[in-house]
Amino acid sequence: MSVAACPACIALPSDEIIEQVQMAQRLSISVPDMRCAACMQKIERAVSEVKGVISARVNLSQKQVMIHRAPEIDIEDAILDAITNLGFEAHLLDNKQMGTVRDTAGHALLMRLGVAGFAAVNVMLLSVSVWAGADGTMMTLLHLISAAIAIPSLFFSAQPFFKSALQALRARGLNMDVPISLAILIAAVMSLYETLIGGGAVYFDAALSLTFFLLAGRYLDHQSRLKARSAAVELSALVLPRAQKITATGICTVDIQELELGDHILVRRGARVPVDGLLHSEAADMDVSILSGESLPMAMVTGAPVFAGSMNLGAPVEICVTSIGQDTRLAEIAQMVATAEASKTRYTSLADRAAQIYAPVVHLLALLAFVFWQFYSGDTRFAITVATAVLIITCPCALGLAVPAVMTVASGRLFRQGVIIRNGTALERLCSVDTVVFDKTGTLTSGDFTISKRPAPQEHRLAQALALKSDHPLCRAITDDGVSGALPHITDIQEISGCGMQGKYLGQTVKLGHAEWVGAHSSSDQVQTWIRFGQQSPQMFQFAERPKPSAKPAIEMLLARGLRVVILSGDRQQSVDRFAQSMGVSQAVGGVLPEEKMRLLRSFGDKVLMIGDGLNDTAALASASVSMAPAKAIDAARAASDFVLSRDDLTLIASTITTAQSARLRMLENFSIAAGYNAVAIPIALVGLASPLLAAIAMSGSSICVSLNALRVKGEA
Amino acid sequence: MEVLFLLILISLFLGLLGLAAFVWSLRSQQFDDSAGNAARILFEEDDP
Repeated sequence: MSVAACPACIALPSDEIIEQVQMAQRLSISVPDMRCAACMQKIERAVSEVKGVISARVNLSQKQVMIHRAPEIDIEDAILDAITNLGFEAHLLDNKQMGTVRDTAGHALLMRLGVAGFAAVNVMLLSVSVWAGADGTMMTLLHLISAAIAIPSLFFSAQPFFKSALQALRARGLNMDVPISLAILIAAVMSLYETLIGGGAVYFDAALSLTFFLLAGRYLDHQSRLKARSAAVELSALVLPRAQKITATGICTVDIQELELGDHILVRRGARVPVDGLLHSEAADMDVSILSGESLPMAMVTGAPVFAGSMNLGAPVEICVTSIGQDTRLAEIAQMVATAEASKTRYTSLADRAAQIYAPVVHLLALLAFVFWQFYSGDTRFAITVATAVLIITCPCALGLAVPAVMTVASGRLFRQGVIIRNGTALERLCSVDTVVFDKTGTLTSGDFTISKRPAPQEHRLAQALALKSDHPLCRAITDDGVSGALPHITDIQEISGCGMQGKYLGQTVKLGHAEWVGAHSSSDQVQTWIRFGQQSPQMFQFAERPKPSAKPAIEMLLARGLRVVILSGDRQQSVDRFAQSMGVSQAVGGVLPEEKMRLLRSFGDKVLMIGDGLNDTAALASASVSMAPAKAIDAARAASDFVLSRDDLTLIASTITTAQSARLRMLENFSIAAGYNAVAIPIALVGLASPLLAAIAMSGSSICVSLNALRVKGEA
Repeated sequence: MEVLFLLILISLFLGLLGLAAFVWSLRSQQFDDSAGNAARILFEEDDP
């Protein structure tokens, strides 16, 4: 892109150019595990210290780090390393895909809310003087000032309602915003007319407070949806934008698009593979849990297929590129999730159903009132006044606040317990759930292992000494198993990718690893590793997956509520069965591929709560009627879920269902309150007795009642 | 009665002042990361 020197020839507005230039010097990195002030500070410090970083700022709400960098140096890897070294998982986000990080819609709503609030308060002050008895020229003057404040403010702040109403009308439908827009528009026009002819039926304050209350509801609603970024977008954020290409002259960092099939790339230890390819190095240990849900690292040898999204746990490996971008497995899964998101049956929220009844009734009543008074009294002005009063006084704001107020209280309560709601209608959908489906690995289990069978003490200690030098989950389980006495001193320890650990002790070789490699014979389907000292017979460690401490109580709580509980897993059927039995669950299906998970879920009916944490669950999460992601789920699973648990406690599931049921009850009560107000107010308006003062009282009264009732949502089970 | 006009003007001016303050805080990104800002007050001052 070139920037023309002559201001008249500039093809792009300067703002856009500046934005593009700034974009190039800006990096966003997603750090999903960041939770508190201490994490923020650590990350900001560490990133700022990287050479080439001008400034770094953490956004805790979005769990991202925004980095302003010097343009000339390649520093992405250094920054990612800095964050990874602190123990956080970090993904580079592609600025072009994610768009700008700022929440412009929320800003616009807040701005409108501010303007509406300012105008409503000031006009209300002026109205009080009118109600207090100002009349004649004084009244007209006060009305004129009100009009001067109200008309532009209404025009600005009520735009979201106008736009949404127009959209509904264009689609030949009615939504809540149609009567709202009509009420605001007619009230503004009629009040202006009344002001100009010196009449008394001026409703500026009512129109403004209506707008203010409704915008408040809308903003609360927006806040609760803010985090609902599409799962498909989150998935594509997992696709790394850069790769380290191996060329004849050395290694250089290039954009993924610049890679060609057959190129060789290098994947660092701890980094994710950016493309699909074939392993060129001799061996590798890959964490493929993101794709298959399998918690154990996979050992690979030369020529094995490697998929984008896998993480390299061993030494740096070389990979020959076979597909990039849209052709990778990861992209296929992202595509599947996008389809599931789009085809997810649109749930009609309570508020929408209320609007479908409310809108036609109110319009009909207003029309009837107009027709009746027009023919009965022959006074068109009076007939319009009555019709407007009907439109304004029928409490759309109580209806508009009924659901958002409850949602805000409920999501606040849930947040304090450790549950984040990502979708507005999720609470309503959760109430009617009859089946709960769990993913096993990472959801019910912690991904860690415990040792169920150990070898003799001497081998045990040898194994511990070897295991200390490795990050492999099984090695961690061995070292965590309690050290008895001093560890033997083993020399020449090396990690052999795909096989195990090897070292020398008292002049003999010690091997810890796969059965075949150490020379043992095993036919068990349990997770095992073997230790062999010199030529002595190999001995076995047997492992069991460690369930999360909260898994069993959580399942018991759900069963006690009469819900059906099912476990789905990509692991082998036998191990899933064994696990299900220990959890007290009768239905368990093993060996399930991501696509099958989706199909199985549908076969359980349309009231299914799915709980899963990995990429392999993402499509299922997106297609279930309600979904939850546990604390350590990957970004994409979080994004595909309606609820995210922020504490690692599965018993929260049952208490969330309790809160959801309580919230639904409050919503229904709120609608009754709004209906009750209407039952009183509509007849008054219909007979032409409604005054602007009465409208103001009805409006605030009903809104306050509805908000107070919302506070009764139960937080604890 | 003239004092009324003055009072109306003053009240409008004060109201606009509040609105301006609100717009300023919105523009300067003070509403972007409420969770982060709440945590930031716990930070120790950085070394000079």
